This record gives sequence, structure tokens and C-alpha cells, in this order.
Amino acid sequence: MDLSLVPLLAILVSLVVVVPIMLSSARPNLREFWTILAAVIKFVLVLTLLPGAMRGESVQLHLVDLAPGIPLALNADPFGVYFAVIASGLWIFTSFYSIGYVRGAGEIKQTRYFASFAVCLSATIGIAFSANLITFLLFYEMLTVATYPLVIHNEKKEAIDAGRKYLAFTLTAGLLLVAASALVYHYTGTLDFTPGGILSDADLPHTAMLLLFILFLAAVGVKAGIMPIHGWLPAAMAAPTPVSALLHAVAVVKSGVFAITRVVGYVFGVDVMGDYGLNDILILLAGFTIIVASLIAFAQNNLKRRLAYSTVGHLSYIVLGVALLTPTGMTGGIMHIAAHATMKITLFFCAGAIYVNLHRTEISNLDGIAKVMPWTMAAFVIGSMGLAGIPPINGFFSKWTLALGSLEGDMIFPVIILVVSGILNVGYFFPIIYRAYFKPGKGLEKYGEASPLMVVPIMVTAVLSVLFGLFPNLFFGFYDLAVDISLSLFNSAAP
Amino acid sequence: MIESHLPAYIALTFVLFSVVIPAFGLWRSELSQPLAVLGSGIAAGFSVYGFINYLNEGSIRYFFGGWEPPVGIEFVYDGLSGFFVLVINVVAFFVMIHSHNLQKVEFPGKEMPYYSLAMLMMLGFNGMILTGDLFNLYVFLEIASLSGYALIAIGEKQAPYAAFRYLIIGTAGGTLYLLGVGFMYTITGTLNIIDMAAMLPMLFESNATFAALILMIVGVGVKAALFPMHGWLPDSYTYAASTSTALIAPIGTKVAAYILFRIILWMFGIEITDAIAPLSYIVGVLACIGILYGSIMAIAQTEMKRMLAYSSISQIGYIIMGLSLANPWGFAGALLHVLNHAIMKACLFMISGQLRLKEGHSDISRFDDSYRIKYPWTMASFSIAAISMIGLPPLAGFFSKWYLALGTIDNSNWLFLAVVLVSSLLNAVYFFRVLEKVYMMNPEKGQKEPAEATRNEASASMLWPTGILAVSLIVIGFANAIIVGILLNIFPM
Repeated sequence: MDLSLVPLLAILVSLVVVVPIMLSSARPNLREFWTILAAVIKFVLVLTLLPGAMRGESVQLHLVDLAPGIPLALNADPFGVYFAVIASGLWIFTSFYSIGYVRGAGEIKQTRYFASFAVCLSATIGIAFSANLITFLLFYEMLTVATYPLVIHNEKKEAIDAGRKYLAFTLTAGLLLVAASALVYHYTGTLDFTPGGILSDADLPHTAMLLLFILFLAAVGVKAGIMPIHGWLPAAMAAPTPVSALLHAVAVVKSGVFAITRVVGYVFGVDVMGDYGLNDILILLAGFTIIVASLIAFAQNNLKRRLAYSTVGHLSYIVLGVALLTPTGMTGGIMHIAAHATMKITLFFCAGAIYVNLHRTEISNLDGIAKVMPWTMAAFVIGSMGLAGIPPINGFFSKWTLALGSLEGDMIFPVIILVVSGILNVGYFFPIIYRAYFKPGKGLEKYGEASPLMVVPIMVTAVLSVLFGLFPNLFFGFYDLAVDISLSLFNSAAP
Repeated sequence: MIESHLPAYIALTFVLFSVVIPAFGLWRSELSQPLAVLGSGIAAGFSVYGFINYLNEGSIRYFFGGWEPPVGIEFVYDGLSGFFVLVINVVAFFVMIHSHNLQKVEFPGKEMPYYSLAMLMMLGFNGMILTGDLFNLYVFLEIASLSGYALIAIGEKQAPYAAFRYLIIGTAGGTLYLLGVGFMYTITGTLNIIDMAAMLPMLFESNATFAALILMIVGVGVKAALFPMHGWLPDSYTYAASTSTALIAPIGTKVAAYILFRIILWMFGIEITDAIAPLSYIVGVLACIGILYGSIMAIAQTEMKRMLAYSSISQIGYIIMGLSLANPWGFAGALLHVLNHAIMKACLFMISGQLRLKEGHSDISRFDDSYRIKYPWTMASFSIAAISMIGLPPLAGFFSKWYLALGTIDNSNWLFLAVVLVSSLLNAVYFFRVLEKVYMMNPEKGQKEPAEATRNEASASMLWPTGILAVSLIVIGFANAIIVGILLNIFPM
């Protein structure tokens, strides 16, 4: 079977579905049917690429030339497919959850919400399958624009301010990416992502390489929430919770760390990173972000904001894994993309269910809610303990691999960071669980569990987190895939 | 034999229609606008045909009356002039269609002189681009300017004052240009651009040619609204009738920029230009200041036309900055931006005209979210043009920025690179501000009642031109590799 059009179709399906979604504005059930349909088709399309990716194959497609010598090109390589499977798979759950959420919360302009959501997913899959920096840039900016209506969704003053902040950060980042890409093109004459890097032959002086790296880091680090350019992420929590769950815990921010991995492994290459000492910058920044974000998380009383800072910290786990420049560390980082996705989406789903059901957003108001929402809170326990790195949940596994990776590179500093951060994670999640289970609640008599449209996705993602922790290869051979991706970056650089 | 006479046909079409319109207009004034559409349509057709012919057959030198220079006057239809003629005539065609419903409101009773003047101005612009003679260029410049002053004066109450101010400044600019031409004629004994270009290498490091060049750049710089000679522009664009602005804003400053391209890159060549002082760099710095100044001033405006006017100062800066880089990428970026900006600005000014017609004002602070329901297609076109102005891929505006960025990097000119990037952010500020107003409810007033906003979309004669221009921005974005391939071949070095 010829697969060459599949990556394109996988991107387009959620873009095309915007038209029927808009047209079905007056009939919500039909409108949501289109979303679910697109989500399922997209997931199936991405899955057809998976067997090839497992064998280390890539599916390439050149469309038009976007500029002389620079095509709009897709390349569904193993890493891209890996990311696309996570994003499109979780979109299905999020779609069901969204229906329950927006109807439960009585949100305005629901058509715009579902349409923008679909465009976001197109952009995310586009980012995953981009073969070169210009194609990547195109989808990166598309994601920025499509996320904006979701951030400002409720059109309150706070949301509009958050939207401005979001645009200020991400548009600046996009421009830096334009500059960085133009520089790469100037030095190398190509923009294609290549395992092992395209700058290895450029032979740039040290300062030029350093500046170029900082430019890239600022450009893609914004979406990856690296401190000190993470400020938009907590602000973007003004968006409806499903948006926070899928976009600001999976699609958008993971696009950022995905981009960092692309930059490190496919633009600079691990050799250049090591030779020029660029990875040290990345390790320091990531380490700093992990610790500081966890500390700030303590101070947040708003549940979503605490989760947001937790996200900032965990994104840097991935960055740290990539920066270690050891095959095992890279594997750990790539694994954590999937692990953090399932756990954090569970936690955000829980936060949204609590908000829709009980209209509570502050942690100090969560006393005793486990009695009325037992399933939701059970899932919350699984997700938060997983993030803290407690076995057998999948957060433990990726963290363990990260630690092995840093020992493989004879580095002890990252291991200390990981351990300290694990303790801090327990520290800021445990009070929530304690309140929910052990403190007596007030005014909860008339409430029950949230709607099944929300609780079922929550349970599914929580169970997924446990299953991935116990059997990393259970679904789609994800662990082997991560190992293969990681090795491909090192093997191609070796000779 | 149509090909060999093509350069003349384009100009003569406008001569013909500037006379035909009064002839028929005296009889039936409502015929003026359709005739103007017809005239600009024919000229646009010739321009398209001519550019295809250029791609297949190469340049045309057309000698009027068969008299070769230095005795006669020639029109030169090469890649650069063909490209500019194509851009301005196609845009003018759309603006003329769009004006159908505006004429009765904005200049009632003056349709006949208005459209006749518009044709005369287009004659001037086309003549400036096509002529191969420096003095003849001045003549066309005055034809375009004088009819331009009149067109601007037909507008709001303050328009005659703005036009008068433009007249004073513009005439000074024209005179400086003429002085420069006089210098050049004294030195070389010719007025023909091609002959002069052949002679100039012998005058390397001549102070007189240098002075002439500066005079010409300053003179044309006034017309191009190159910072700090932009003072006439904001008032003129704001107070003129919407159609005049939509016609002059995308085209007028571009034609002046064309003269700078012709003089600096073709006639003098970048080595002679920079022989005595780094003139191209100075022009580039001025352009950069203009880019930032225009963007910042645009943010400060609440009136949409005025905001767009300041934005024009900024955007013409991109074009001249690309020219000053004098390398293939910068050149391609500048010319692509000529095309992109002509389309974007025409589209945006036409939309401001639509809003003025429907709402009676184009004051951004009074925009609200009912516009989203009242003018869905107008606002969709506006959004596309605005996002293209900000420069997000895959819209056309991104790519001119991309090539300009490549151009600055090729010259290792980090300052200019930073300006290109920062300006895009400033563009985002003033356009997202409008989009926020239109697409989001006012947090203080809350949701509009459905009764307050029912669909009240502009007529087809307005929606189609703006819609087509907006869609063409997407098409150009995806087809820009082809366009840039052609533009890179035009580059003279």
C-alpha cells in the first residue's frame, strides 16, 4: 500500500472538518459528531504509519516549493509518528471530554471552540511531520494563531489579557525562529531535518554557533515553557480546561519540546552540541526550570495554575533528557513525552470535572471532595503520584530511564535534580489529595460524580498511565520505538 | 504586431479613457465609473499579456515615432518595469470596480472629473515606470502628481488642506529630482537611462554625479514617503475619499520606489552609488527608521485609515530597505513586497471604505463584535490581509519578510534583520487590536443582543474585489517560489 499521502491526509482531516463544524453550528450533536469522526480518522491514519516507523522507515511527501529550493515537505519519520500517535490518540478522549465540559459549563461560542480545536490538531500533526524548518515554521505559527481563540475563549478581561500575553510570547518566538532558520539557510543552504544534524559541516566559530543556538532556544523554548520564558503558560490557564489539558499539557507544549529535540538532534546534531558545549546550557536551564517551577507550584492555590507550573517543570525533564546527549537519556526524554502526556491530561481532566461539577477552582476549597467524586479523585491520585515518580505508574519508568541516562554520561547533577524534584512533586500534590480524602467537606451534599462524558475519559487516561508504567511496550511498542529514535540520532552521528 | 507596440498601448489606453470619460460623462455621469473599470481593465489585460510576453520573448525597447534616442523618447518594457506595471494596473482595476457604490456617497456629482483624473494619474504612473528617459519621467511624474493632488482634494473637509500641503512638499520633491536630472544632463549630455548607464562607469567617484544622485534620491524619496520626507502622507491618505486612498496608497509610493530601483540599481549601479559615501546604507537606515516610526505611529492611531496610512510608511520602508541591500535575496524580497503590499493595502483600504459606507465612520475605538455578524465576509477578508501584514506563513506577507531576512543576513546586516523582525511584532499589535474588537465581545458591555446585529454585508461590487485580493494573498504565498524565481532573474547584477 502506498502510504505517501497518509501524512498529508492526517493533517488535512481536522482542517477540512472545520467546514462541516461551522455549518453545523445550530445543531450541536451533529457538530460534535464531526469532531469525533475527524479525531478517529486522524488516529487511524496516524496508526497506519506506525508499523513502518517501528521498522525505522519514513514516509516522505514533497508538495509545492515554498521558496526556491525549499519545499513544503512532510516526512513522517519514527519520531514524528511517535509524537503524532500521542497527540491524535489523546485528541479522541479530549473530544468526548470537551463535549461534557463545554455543555456542563455552558460555554459561549462552542462552534468556534471546536473549530479552533480541530485546527490546532492539524497544526500539531503538521509539526510532527514537518520535513524542514520552513514547513515546521508554517505549522508552528498556525498553532499559535489557532490556539489564540481558545485562550481568550470566555472573552473575560482576564482571558483577553492572557491572550495578549500568549501572542506576545509566541509571535516573538516565531520571529526568532524565522531569523534562526534564515541563518541556518545562509550557512548550510538547506533546512531539512537530518538525523545527526545539518550544522555539523558548517564549521562555524564558537560565538556564532552559540548565538544561533540561543536564538533557536528562545524560539522553541517559549512553547516548551523553559524558564524564564514560560510566563504565557500559567496565564493561558484562563482557557477552558480541555484546552489546558490537551494543548497546554500535550499538543502545544510538547510541540515545543519536540522542536527542541528536532533542533538538538536534527539541526545541530549531538556531535555539534557536545563539541561546542551547547548541551551544558540546556542542562543548566532545564535543571533550574525543574526546581524553580516545582517551588512556585507550592505557592499556587488555584488548582490549574499549580498544574501549569507542574507542567513547566515536567517539560524540562524532557529537555534535560535530550540535553544529556546519551542514548539512554534521550530515550528517557522521549518516553517522558508520552508519560507526562497521559498523566497531566488526567490531572487537568480532573480539575475540569471538579470545576464543572462543583464550581471550585481553588485548592483550599477541595476539602472532602473525594467522597462525592471518588472516581475522579482516584484518577487524580494515580496521575499525581505518577508525576512524582512513584512506581508502577509510567512517570517512574521515564524518570528511571532519565537517571540511568545521566549516569551513563557520568553526570550526577541531573540525578540530584531528578530526586529533589520528585520530592517536591510529592510535596505539592500531596496536600491536594490530603484535603480531598481526609478533610471534612462542606456543602457537598447535593453533588455526585461528574457526567460520564468526563469521567470515562479520565478513567481511561489514568488506566493508560498505569498500563504504560507496567508494560512500556504494551501499546504500539512505544518503548522500543523511543529507543530506536534515540539510537538513530547517535548512530548517524558516529561515523 | 501587438507585442512590439505593447508599452505604448498601456499608456495610450489611459490617455484614451481620460478623454472618453468626460465625453460620455457629460452626457451620462453614471457612465464614468464603468468606463474607468473598462479602461483600467484593458490596461491590466495589456499588462498581463505584456509580462507573459516578456517572460517568453524578453524585453522590448519601443521608440516613439521610430526616432531612436538621443533624438526621440523610448519606452522600455523590461522585467522591472513590466512587473511594476502589472502590479499597479491589476490593483487599479480592482479598486475601480470597488468604487461603484462609494462614488455616490464620497464624491457625488463629481464622478466624471474624478474618474477622468484617476485615468490621468494612472497614465502618469505607467509613464513613469515605462519611460526610458529621465526628463520624460519628470513629465509623467508631474502628470501623476497634479492629478493626484486633485484626487486627494476631493474628499472630506480637511482634504483640500492636506492636498495643498502635499502639493507644496511634492512640488519641492519634483524640483529636486529635476535639478538632479539637470546635473546629469550637463555631465553626460544625454537623458536616456540606458545611454547614461553606459557612460557612468567613466565618471566613477565624480562629485557632480554624486550630488545629482543625492538630489534625485531626496526628490523621489518625498514621493515614496521615505522617512523623514513622509510628512504629507498621513493627512492625505486619511482625508481623501476612500477610493482615492485605495488607489494611491498601494500604487503611488511604489512607483516612486520603482524610480529608486531604476536609478540606484540599473542606472548608477551599486558600486558607483556607494563610491564616495555608503549611500545605499544611509538609504537603508532611513528606511529602517521609517519602518519602526510608521509601525509605532500606526499603533497610536484610532482612525483605521490613518493607521493604515502610517502602516504604509512602514511598509514602503521594507521595500526601500530591500533595495538598499543590493543583493539578490533583498531585491527579490523587496519586489515581492511591492506585489504583496499593493494587494494587502488595497484590500485594507477598500475595507475601510466599505465600513465608512456602512457605518459612516472607520474609527477603531467604536468597532465592536456586532461587525462579526454584520459583515462576516468583509471581516474575513480583513483578517486574511491583516495576518498577511503581520507576516504569518503561509500568507504572502511572510515570504517577503523571509527573503528580506535572507538578504540582510547575506550582507551580515544584523541591524536591518532586527528591524524586520521587530516591525512584524508591531504590526501584530495594531492589527490584533482591531481583530480583538471585532471578534470578541466587550468585557464591560457583554454579549450583543441578536437584534442589534443582523447581517448587513456590503454589495457584491465591493465584496468580490476585496475577497479576491484576500484569497490571492494565500495563492501568492504558495506560489511565491515561482514569482521569486522570476524576480531573481530580473536582478541586474
